Amino acid sequence: MLVIEGLTKRYPTGDLALDGVSLTVPKGQVMALIGPSGAGKSTLIRCVNRLVEPTAGAVRLGATEITRLGDRALRRARRRMGMIFQEYALVERLTVMENVLSGRLGYVGFWRSWFRRFPLADIEEAFRLLARVGLDHMVDKRADALSGGQRQRVGIVRALMQDPELLLVDEPTASLDPKTSRQIMRLIIELAKERNLAAIINIHDVALAQLFAERIVGLHAGRIVFDGPAAALTPEVLTTIYGEEDWSATIRKVEDGDGDGDEPPSVEAARIAAAD
Amino acid sequence: MPVVTHEQGTRVWMRRTRAGDLVAWLGWLIGVALTVLCFQFISDRTIWGFVWDAPAQAADLLERSVPPRWSYAHELWRAMWDTLNIATLGTVLAIATAVPVAFLAAYNTTPSALLVRPVALFVIVASRSVNSLIWALILVIIFGPGMLAGILAIALRSIGFIGKLLYEAIEEIDPTQVEAVTATGAGRAQVLAWGIVPQVMPAFAGISVFRWDINIREATVLGLVGAGGIGMQLQASINTLAWPQVSMILILILGTVVVSEWLSARVRHAII
Amino acid sequence: MDARAAALAWRPPPLIEAAWLRWAVYGGALLYLVLALGTLEVNWQRAAEGIERGGRFLAAFFPPDFASHWREIEEGLLESLTMTVTSTVFGVILSVPVALGAARNLAPLPVYLFCRAVIAISRTFQEVIIAILFVAMFGFGPLAGMITLAFATIGFMAKLLAEDIEDIERSQAEAVRATGASWFQLLAWGIQPQVLPRFIGLSAYRFDINFRESAVLGLVGAGGIGDTLNNALDRYEFGTAAAVLLIIIAIVLACEYASGFIRRAVQ
Ligand SMILES: Nc1ncnc2c1ncn2[C@@H]1O[C@H](COP(=O)(O)OP(=O)(O)OP(=O)(O)O)[C@@H](O)[C@H]1O
Ligand SMILES: [Mg+2]
Repeated sequence: MLVIEGLTKRYPTGDLALDGVSLTVPKGQVMALIGPSGAGKSTLIRCVNRLVEPTAGAVRLGATEITRLGDRALRRARRRMGMIFQEYALVERLTVMENVLSGRLGYVGFWRSWFRRFPLADIEEAFRLLARVGLDHMVDKRADALSGGQRQRVGIVRALMQDPELLLVDEPTASLDPKTSRQIMRLIIELAKERNLAAIINIHDVALAQLFAERIVGLHAGRIVFDGPAAALTPEVLTTIYGEEDWSATIRKVEDGDGDGDEPPSVEAARIAAAD
Repeated sequence: MPVVTHEQGTRVWMRRTRAGDLVAWLGWLIGVALTVLCFQFISDRTIWGFVWDAPAQAADLLERSVPPRWSYAHELWRAMWDTLNIATLGTVLAIATAVPVAFLAAYNTTPSALLVRPVALFVIVASRSVNSLIWALILVIIFGPGMLAGILAIALRSIGFIGKLLYEAIEEIDPTQVEAVTATGAGRAQVLAWGIVPQVMPAFAGISVFRWDINIREATVLGLVGAGGIGMQLQASINTLAWPQVSMILILILGTVVVSEWLSARVRHAII
Repeated sequence: MDARAAALAWRPPPLIEAAWLRWAVYGGALLYLVLALGTLEVNWQRAAEGIERGGRFLAAFFPPDFASHWREIEEGLLESLTMTVTSTVFGVILSVPVALGAARNLAPLPVYLFCRAVIAISRTFQEVIIAILFVAMFGFGPLAGMITLAFATIGFMAKLLAEDIEDIERSQAEAVRATGASWFQLLAWGIQPQVLPRFIGLSAYRFDINFRESAVLGLVGAGGIGDTLNNALDRYEFGTAAAVLLIIIAIVLACEYASGFIRRAVQ
């Protein structure tokens, strides 16, 4: 379980990217984080594994308080959090297999990793996962020779190789076509569910978020302005998150039946409803 | 580009404004005056009689150095081999030193931007400012004449060259790839080996081969100050005015440089 | 596919793909190292003595002696600087026609070959070797040094400039040609604007190189600060040598800073 309390980040430039964000993501929950550009979504994700040092607040993963850890312990904690990037962030001049094995770097010593002497079990797991995402015939291809969708699948496998408890996913589909986007999202959700992982997924595509995530959190200017189930996402809510716009074409037609009528729940109500 | 309105009201398009024009002309004027002044200085230290005689001298020189003394080549192979070794071993030594220096100098890999980085940058600058021939001059006094001084001279000059280009390459890498490796929980050394080294590898290889190519040229003259290689034979031949030998040496150097340039172009092509 | 079998069969990717080439490269490198180190002639005893001399040399840097031979230093410095200025100016001016001649998209074949030959000769030989020949022709003094550096500048600038001209945007040059412009108008409107910033940058960079080189030409009698340095070292006046070296480093730094500034300003 991931607990974030009062997380605040002010960059040296003076931008207040996060302003007292509190969140709890239980094991096995897939949470989508939406919000306009510059809302602080990437900053939030990066503060969790401290690629960005938070200014104030606490992050706890299970019993570990990540914001308190020293260098060594932080590296050990990072092994428990797999990260998936928008532009894939594969090491381009390494092969698919090397990229996947780099997920194990936190577990093996420097010289073993330098000579690529990974434990057999790791390599086996790598083959199994690559087969799972349909890339087992490409293990020795260099990462820069792959298509975007293939790269992202390698990125997913790399994150899973860490055997994480939590997935941090920053706009996994932003550089992909609509069909591949759905496939990638489906893959992430499936794998997260299989392994009972908690996941935070930053995403710009609201429809996609509604389709795949059980819980949606809206961020605006560094504050949480919405927290609720996908079904509670109404044009009014989107307006509080993103600003005035015609949202009718954006929101997925929610399978009717609740008979809620025209009255959409207020942001505050949605928040209460979603609180576990 | 400004449009200027005259008093009569006609609008004229010009490249620069008046003030800009004036500055440009002044700049040119100063440049020309400086050049003339400098040339005057040199001219005062020149015996023009010799200069007017230069075409005759050149013709004479050419006549005396043709045909080259082909048989002399037998005595040169060893010197040429030494020259190649000076260049190659010097480059290898320089690479071994420059790589750590470059990592200490790049702001994204230096252990301390306040303490270590300035030292590394100073090493690079000091090495670069001094020509390898001057390094050789000093090293010959310290270590005596011979190849050791030559190898070290090449190495000392090349550390700065390789170090500078390499640390610039390190600073230009894609940070997200490094971030991704960091996010897996890798240690500092592993982040370096997995996130940074693969990215700078092509640049590193290209720079090394490039410098090796330059070093072969440099190594041909180190012998003039006694630091080994074919320059020693060149010096000896010039001192005894043995121009056919000089032309033979020049032909050999030409051949070597052409081959090394071809080789380094091939290697660079293969890497990129 | 069975993951275990695949894992057992997997090998880390080698640096060089083809096995024979890999072994040839490794074997060749090893053989070369053995041969090169085997034929290395080093008088280790003499070298060991050098440590002490080196110590004395370093000691002489504190304090460097600017005063005793200031007149000589001043003269050498002025020679180096004037040589640098004039050779850069003349070299850059002369490199333009050579570069135009060496650009295949502008010059007819015979001109092209001639200009390329000039470039090749100038780039093949180290400046010092060329200086030896020019000293033999023009006599001792900074004039020989100036001509040497100008010649080297021509090779350097013309090669890079010709390459630039060869891969300029065709369409822009064609647009100018389409207006019915003459060859010279084509140069002025179609080509010059595209290559000018880099040309200025390269000239600044070459100025920098010329100063560094001017510091060694004195060794073969072509004038400049190298002469002063050589004399000081011959007389074991390490303090003066240290002073000269410090001055050279300071000027190189200033040049580099200035040329970096110019390059950034024009790009
Ligand atoms: N390295 C940085 N230095 C200074 N300010 C930064 C830095 N990174 C982000 N910011 C600022 O922090 C705020 C939040 O940025 P962040 O990248 O978290 O937004 P985001 O929600 O991920 O946006 P996007 O959807 O465009 O990715 C922005 O105002 C941004 O300008
Ligand atoms: Mg972002």
